[in-house]
Amino acid sequence: MRGNDHENEVWITGVGLVSSLGEGVEAHARILSGEQPCAACVDETTFAPYPVHPLVPLTLSKQIPKNSDQRQMEGWQRLGVYAAGLALEDAQIKGCADLLDRMDLIVAAGSGERDTAVDCKVLEMSGASDSAPLRASEILPSALRPTLFLAQLSNLLAGNISIVHHVTGSSRTFMGEEMAGLSAIDNAFQRIAAGQSEMCLVGGAVNAEREDLLLAYELGHNLWRHSFERIEQRAQRGGGFVPGSVGAFLVLEQRRHAERRSARAYARVTAVGTDRMRRTNVEANPFACVSNLIDETVAGSTGAVFSGASGVAPVTAAEFAFLDELKRRAQIEYVWPYGNILGHAVEAHFPAGIALAALAQHSGRVSRTLLGECPGRFSSVDRIIVTGVGHERGEGVAVIDGIPTRGANGI
Amino acid sequence: MGSEIHDKFGRPLVAITGCGLVTSLGLGKEANWSGLTQGRSGIRGIARFSTDGLRTAIAGTVDFLRPSPFSAPALAIAMAIAAGEEAVIEADIARVGSFPGPLYLATPPAELEWPQRKSLWDEIGESEAAGYQRLLAAARGRKHEDMASLFQFGSVADHLADRFGTRGLPMSVSTACASGATAIQLGVEAIRRRQANAVLCIGTDSSVQIEALIRFILLSALSTRNETPEKASRPFSKDRDGFVMAEGAGALVLEEYASAKARGARVLGFVRGCGEKADDYHRTRSKPDGTAIIGAIRKALLDAGVEPEEIGYVNAHGTSTPENDKMEYLSLKAVLGDHLARTPVSSNKSMIGHTLSAAGAIEAVFSLMTIRTGKLPPTINYDVPDPEIPLDVVPNAARDAAITTVLSNSFGFGGQNVSLVLSSP
Repeated sequence: MRGNDHENEVWITGVGLVSSLGEGVEAHARILSGEQPCAACVDETTFAPYPVHPLVPLTLSKQIPKNSDQRQMEGWQRLGVYAAGLALEDAQIKGCADLLDRMDLIVAAGSGERDTAVDCKVLEMSGASDSAPLRASEILPSALRPTLFLAQLSNLLAGNISIVHHVTGSSRTFMGEEMAGLSAIDNAFQRIAAGQSEMCLVGGAVNAEREDLLLAYELGHNLWRHSFERIEQRAQRGGGFVPGSVGAFLVLEQRRHAERRSARAYARVTAVGTDRMRRTNVEANPFACVSNLIDETVAGSTGAVFSGASGVAPVTAAEFAFLDELKRRAQIEYVWPYGNILGHAVEAHFPAGIALAALAQHSGRVSRTLLGECPGRFSSVDRIIVTGVGHERGEGVAVIDGIPTRGANGI
Repeated sequence: MGSEIHDKFGRPLVAITGCGLVTSLGLGKEANWSGLTQGRSGIRGIARFSTDGLRTAIAGTVDFLRPSPFSAPALAIAMAIAAGEEAVIEADIARVGSFPGPLYLATPPAELEWPQRKSLWDEIGESEAAGYQRLLAAARGRKHEDMASLFQFGSVADHLADRFGTRGLPMSVSTACASGATAIQLGVEAIRRRQANAVLCIGTDSSVQIEALIRFILLSALSTRNETPEKASRPFSKDRDGFVMAEGAGALVLEEYASAKARGARVLGFVRGCGEKADDYHRTRSKPDGTAIIGAIRKALLDAGVEPEEIGYVNAHGTSTPENDKMEYLSLKAVLGDHLARTPVSSNKSMIGHTLSAAGAIEAVFSLMTIRTGKLPPTINYDVPDPEIPLDVVPNAARDAAITTVLSNSFGFGGQNVSLVLSSP
């Protein structure tokens, strides 16, 4: 669906991004523009054989001042609350009680860290396989921290954002791996475009440095188990994703609202489309929604694609084949899988891709080194299409355009 | 602005054309309504796993559906399919496998359970790897497709989207104990912005698993009246001591009224308005002044365009925790004022327990049935009134009353509060 109403255009007025590459707008913008050489930051030893993109060290108290709040959360929640704070600060909304009271919060979430030591204790003490629940009921009541549940519960990332940053207009948490991020962005966009919301804080967080998270994805053989390779290079060895620790939040705002408060805008979300194809027929076109939307919005202009491909086979190859065809037809100029620098951030991946696209729109150029080319070459930015393709389920696309230069009529 | 097909704000009216239920009281609306209006409790001792040594050993489990192999997501799917089918068949909108709109699903977070974790652990010898490395080595050793698929967060929605043939991305939402109401709200908004003519909203919860029970015990949230399970949930009573975990599913087919009318559908009622407000006070407690709950209720009335005096009955969140019931009363008092004294307020949870993610959807269906049958379901186990909560709770026995407009409340851990206003056709 496209936001046709001029007043209800969906503008990106705040970006909060934390990853293995750094924290904040500046750190990521420098990489996009080539001012800072981009070497993916990968830890290949801690969780071997699984490489992960580790989170840059954070001074948590900058965004979560109370120690008591920090203690009530696990890593993924702290990361998310931190990134949400950055986005609010960036949008100059932080601390503005009247705006926060009306702001809608939309979070894409998985769940929090388990106490893996306690898990192992239960398993070690269980003899026959049916005795594990019994041991669990003996051990867990005294071994688990009473409030650990709240640090694991999906909707408590949103709960903590409300508590720490006082975003209280409304609160919704979407789940479903990559579908969570697609749902969150889709819901924010549709509501603003339809005049049902004036501004949303939307995003998610993933802590990749967790054995319990790795286990969840390795059950389906979705992880890359070799030394780091670019996403485009992984198919020959079976594919797989390299998890990345990422906190990504955006302030999406109705144009009229943004203009009224003279907010700076990075870019405009022109369209969002989401779908869930039955992947059993992946060799056919699993990107009908991407295809339709690109046909509808890219006609007459050449865009770039920031691809959310995870690296998991066979869907990544199918996405690239589809995008190559668009390139051959000169509908798009280049394809950049942004997971190459962030890692795959599952629930937070699509919001993170949109955050990067917003920064690229704002600076107006993208360094070709990101595409594996020589330093010093740049692409101008016209229209950016961000794809979000679930490693197992869910497909989506967002079209990110620049904010037109304000005309003489004063708007 | 109002017209036959629009509300007074000029938005499309949202009709309910089908609904379905599964709770510990039984399968289907009829069994549930008969149990609920007879004041029957579905709470019993937990038989699914051993509760030896645990402070709480009771729940409102759904034991008559037994998917094999058993797991929480498998039961969540089975209950959602049963409730969803009842709703889609009643709406008579399409074949069950080709629903002409999106799915909004309230479902609990998924995770690997102990039997599965243990079987994984046993696949690899002790000498080969230790700790989580042992689990990871087992996972690496062979693909565990079924486990991977079932214990992902998107799996319940994925199965349901396939089963019902819903369109587009199935959305799984969690606002803790308000999730079911949020799923309905997502559907209402989609219809109002003309993104869909029909939506399928389902809330399902199968959380009575060993670890989930322990988690709520550790938070001191549960009733410990194990000796008399059917009397454990006693919302608004002075001697209430916590909620009782329960399972179930509720499903609603919502349609744009104009298109429902055009296809000759039977309209059961309307979702007139939804309100939500987040709390920033505490992870499990609401602001002492109740502003967030008050905000959700006020916004729902405002969104519905109804005055407090028009509310004829409140289907309460009424969990039976000391905290919730007191705050809910104070908030209702703040919004309804003197009208509250004339408004019956009952809690289904006295009989079916707290169905968590499903509660908002299940209780919306019960609210609708209250309107349609002219019968108020009681709050059972109301023997010792709490003088601080002077409410007409429809104590212990159902009552006849013609009701046209109902307020249904759902409040969640994490401070997510949602209220719905439903009305007669």
